[in-house]
Amino acid sequence: MSRKRVLIHVVAWSIALIWIIPYLGVFIASVRPYSEIVDGWWNLHPFTLTLDSYSAVWNHKTYPLKRAFVNSILIAIPATIIPILVASLAAYSFARFSFPVKDMLFLTIVALMSLPQQVVIIPVFFLMSDMGLINTRLGLILLHSSFGLPWIILFLRNFFMTLPVEVEEAARIDGASDFQVYFRIVMPMSLPALASIAALQFNWVWNDFFFALILLLSPDKYVVTQTIPMFIGRYLISWDKVAAASILDMSVPLVVFALLQKWYVKGVVGGVIKG
Amino acid sequence: MLLLFVIYPFVYTVCGSFLKWKGRSIVGVAGVSNYQRVLGSSDILNVRRLLKLKGPPLGALVHNLLWILIQVPLSTALGLLLAVLLRDVKGGVVIKSVIFLGMVIPMVVGGILLRFIYDAHAGVVNAVIRLIGLGKYAKTWTAHPDTALYSLIVGSVWIWTGFSMVLYSAGLESIPKEIFEAARIDGASGFRIFWHITVPMLRPITIVVLTMSVLWALKVFDIVFVATRGGPGGASSVLALEMYFRAFYHMPPDYGAAMAIVTILTLMTLGFAVYVFRLVVK
Repeated sequence: MSRKRVLIHVVAWSIALIWIIPYLGVFIASVRPYSEIVDGWWNLHPFTLTLDSYSAVWNHKTYPLKRAFVNSILIAIPATIIPILVASLAAYSFARFSFPVKDMLFLTIVALMSLPQQVVIIPVFFLMSDMGLINTRLGLILLHSSFGLPWIILFLRNFFMTLPVEVEEAARIDGASDFQVYFRIVMPMSLPALASIAALQFNWVWNDFFFALILLLSPDKYVVTQTIPMFIGRYLISWDKVAAASILDMSVPLVVFALLQKWYVKGVVGGVIKG
Repeated sequence: MLLLFVIYPFVYTVCGSFLKWKGRSIVGVAGVSNYQRVLGSSDILNVRRLLKLKGPPLGALVHNLLWILIQVPLSTALGLLLAVLLRDVKGGVVIKSVIFLGMVIPMVVGGILLRFIYDAHAGVVNAVIRLIGLGKYAKTWTAHPDTALYSLIVGSVWIWTGFSMVLYSAGLESIPKEIFEAARIDGASGFRIFWHITVPMLRPITIVVLTMSVLWALKVFDIVFVATRGGPGGASSVLALEMYFRAFYHMPPDYGAAMAIVTILTLMTLGFAVYVFRLVVK
């Protein structure tokens, strides 16, 4: 290796080190008692390995992460499936059928994607109160499903445009209806795109904090992200517990990312570039 | 669904920002008085400190703009540099995955991580500072008004660089290798290739990265909420957080002001998105 290449390697790996240290720190802090990490998790003497912090937050009296996990899962799974089903039909018609105002609609979708969550939340809060959906999982599922629609439609439309029309035409000549064409032919061909979307939408819902903060009010309904700040005390932060809760919280999106890495990155790249 | 939970609330908020609210009920037309009240409040726009060229708190609106000005160029440039560098590095894929993790984890955890590394005793940033002999500067960076905002912004570079890096990596793959080879045969240096070929070829991606980063810097909420709650004394507050305080935290809620804040915020995101969209389409 030339000197230049050695230099590049040193720079690259130092940057990688900077990036990984916070994760490493929070992980080490999560498996050691408070007394050992309060002055720095990098002091390795003495080193006591313990999972006490994990069981403490998992079975916490007021904010058990155990229950928060159940809540998060019960929200994230339907809030992933529903918008994909709805959006894929809409995206298919955007991609395949021409109707007037299509371009206008498309611009609207791009505009909707740029909306901050805060701009809808007050009226949504009123609406949900009137419908009795405050502090319910259903309310959050509906909101997340709706908020996810624009980008999923955009992503799927771009994907459907790349599918060969000939296959669908052939099926249609054989007498298949629009719905049959869609469910029998288009859907199976779109599995990679659907995997990307499912991974991203699931993580988006799992990672969301703001909507849950506003709509879920009682601790027994709290989702995981909402529970984390509760472990930060007012004056003293028990880093061991906060660290354990953080590790548990991020483990789920990390597993999704690890399992679907290829599609995940494709989703991030494809979702924004082709649009 | 889109109509009920996205479009209708959006229109409602914009209209509501011009109305007079008492609790949940509308008691009259406010005209622009909500806006006057919001822009006149030092939480949003601290004119006095701005004119004296002082540090934060300068008001949430200014903080958001500072966030864009500092974080967007840094994370974009760093992402591009990493994408180019890591192409020729052994284990580059692993490094990329690690850097990309910031985009995978919940922003709440991102906020926790930032609060953690900046902590006076338990934080690794201060350990490094002590290590290089600047121990007297060690402190909880997020707890001091003059450093809270900037330390969060630098931290957000750490979180957000993965995004631009991944996009640029994908973009680099789409540039035909022949172009680089031809340039190299013609005797162009590495730097000239980077500046005259790579950067211009990646222009479309730069537009996307800049757009998404600006939108993200405008919408930032979770990180600040968890790491500092906008404090101390509003020194790290942002618009989304101020809206939250006014509508859902302070009692009684001030929906008029909250709606005005979020309409200003949306005007910025929407205006920017549509502007870039038209720029690209043309």
